[in-house]
Amino acid sequence: MTTLRPDLAIIAENIAAGSRALDVGCGDGALMAELRDRRGVDARGLELDAHNVALCVGRGLSVMQGDADTDLADYPDAAFDYAILSQTLQTTKRPDLVLEELLRVGRKAFVSFPNFAHWGVRASLLWNGRMPVTRLLPIAWYETPNIHHVTVRDFRLLVAEKGCRVEGEWFLSGDKRIGPAAAAWRAEHAVFLLSR
Amino acid sequence: MGTADLLTASHTLELADPLPLDGGQDLAAVQVAYETVGKLNADKSNAVLVFHALTMDQHIVSPHPKTGKPGWWAKSVGPGNVIDTDRFFVICANVLGSCMGSTGPASLAPDGQPYAMRFPVITIRDMVRAQIALLDALGIEQLHAVVGGSMGGMQALSFAANWPQRTRAALVIASTARHSAQNIAFHEVGRQAIMADPKWLGGDYYGALSKGGKGPENGLAVARMAAHITYLSEEGMHEKFGRKLQDRPDGTKGTKTFGFDADFQIESYLRHQGLSFTDRFDANSYLYITRAMDYFDLAEEQGGKLSQAFAGSKARFCLVSFDTDWLYPTAESRTIAHALNASGAAVSFVELSAPFGHDSFLLDVPALDRVIKGFLG
Repeated sequence: MTTLRPDLAIIAENIAAGSRALDVGCGDGALMAELRDRRGVDARGLELDAHNVALCVGRGLSVMQGDADTDLADYPDAAFDYAILSQTLQTTKRPDLVLEELLRVGRKAFVSFPNFAHWGVRASLLWNGRMPVTRLLPIAWYETPNIHHVTVRDFRLLVAEKGCRVEGEWFLSGDKRIGPAAAAWRAEHAVFLLSR
Repeated sequence: MGTADLLTASHTLELADPLPLDGGQDLAAVQVAYETVGKLNADKSNAVLVFHALTMDQHIVSPHPKTGKPGWWAKSVGPGNVIDTDRFFVICANVLGSCMGSTGPASLAPDGQPYAMRFPVITIRDMVRAQIALLDALGIEQLHAVVGGSMGGMQALSFAANWPQRTRAALVIASTARHSAQNIAFHEVGRQAIMADPKWLGGDYYGALSKGGKGPENGLAVARMAAHITYLSEEGMHEKFGRKLQDRPDGTKGTKTFGFDADFQIESYLRHQGLSFTDRFDANSYLYITRAMDYFDLAEEQGGKLSQAFAGSKARFCLVSFDTDWLYPTAESRTIAHALNASGAAVSFVELSAPFGHDSFLLDVPALDRVIKGFLG
């Protein structure tokens, strides 16, 4: 688990062994490979970038090239125990619709995202008056794929509006896990487990 | 090359039983010419069946007997290669209806005369059925994988849909689950070119050929020219030929002749492609195989639902398309991938970027090599 990104490690630890999972925006397949090899998970992926899909196929993973915004519609209802969306929500055109789709194709959904209300981001905005460029948000505003920045509070509100249940939540500051206390500004990164 | 040569063998199998065809007939004494590369392991679990495209043949690695050119996939199949014959036993069979050793319209019917147009119209599934009989004869119960590009991909799909227990994986490159109106249209142009050639003689030109005469080479060449356009991308064609003029044989630089010689390089190229094709291919085979491709519609043969086609399959699938392929564009592969997804199959799909159009599946595309190698495991 040591090589996995910390938010992915949280997902990997909390997924039921032997379950079926769809990793939306699976990148090079690191999480899927981990889930398959250590948790016996039947993992499938959806990934926009052809090079990444080729890497995944090269690891023996089953990955479809496609777009979270449009191609989740092609999956049947409740086809998976889990749908996973790690660090991708903020890049989608309609995060709210993607969230609905996640909980349609998966009985539960893991969603991880960088918290835009982290104190570093707040400070940058407050003192510099500029869109922050941080470790988790390393690209300038005009070329970032992150078009829908979201905070922990925003996300909780969206989840409540959609009538979803939060089954688990984890927060990261740097690579360290922190408690939920004041996570709204202390957490650099959040991972939620949702269900309908 | 030495090792590959040693492990490459050509065979012809005559099927013991008549082959039942989709058209309703049983075809007796069917020959299947095939090439094998590598060694079949003791439990016969390492076989990979590669299906060839429309005008190719079983010579996947060995040089073509008529042209002397390297096998059509020699760059990818061999020891330590993308399809590693140190590990896999690769089988490639000439399809039913073709003209390189498997039974086709040029073969002799029981009356000792060539079938010509008496040969029954065959389907992609018939081609696969003949190869299932080959696997039976080889005692191979389940393949490691089936692999095919273009028409080879159609066979791979048909194989996985109709004989789901016989393979653990299917790799389908630059292919489609059904021929579109445009696909059929281009094929019909080719067939009409052949049939309009006065030397076609209703298909009975074999007598003329045996007396040193000519068959419908002109028609076949035109058919090949039309088809060849569909194998290239517009961009690739423009880059290679543009409006460049052909130098004349007497050495003069290219000029417009104000006549109908091949002034443009693209004309000269297509004429060459057409003519050289007639040296190695039988016109009637071209009619029959293009017909089989046009009839191909995997959903139709499974009651209209493509996802139903793969309901019985536990195989892993991988579909690859190319962004410049307008013959079988990405949308076709995506349709198949979605159907497989809906049926819960383990499926991968990727559109690769390559400048060569449909022909990309045969050319140097490193990303394709990575996908093939990775998928075969």
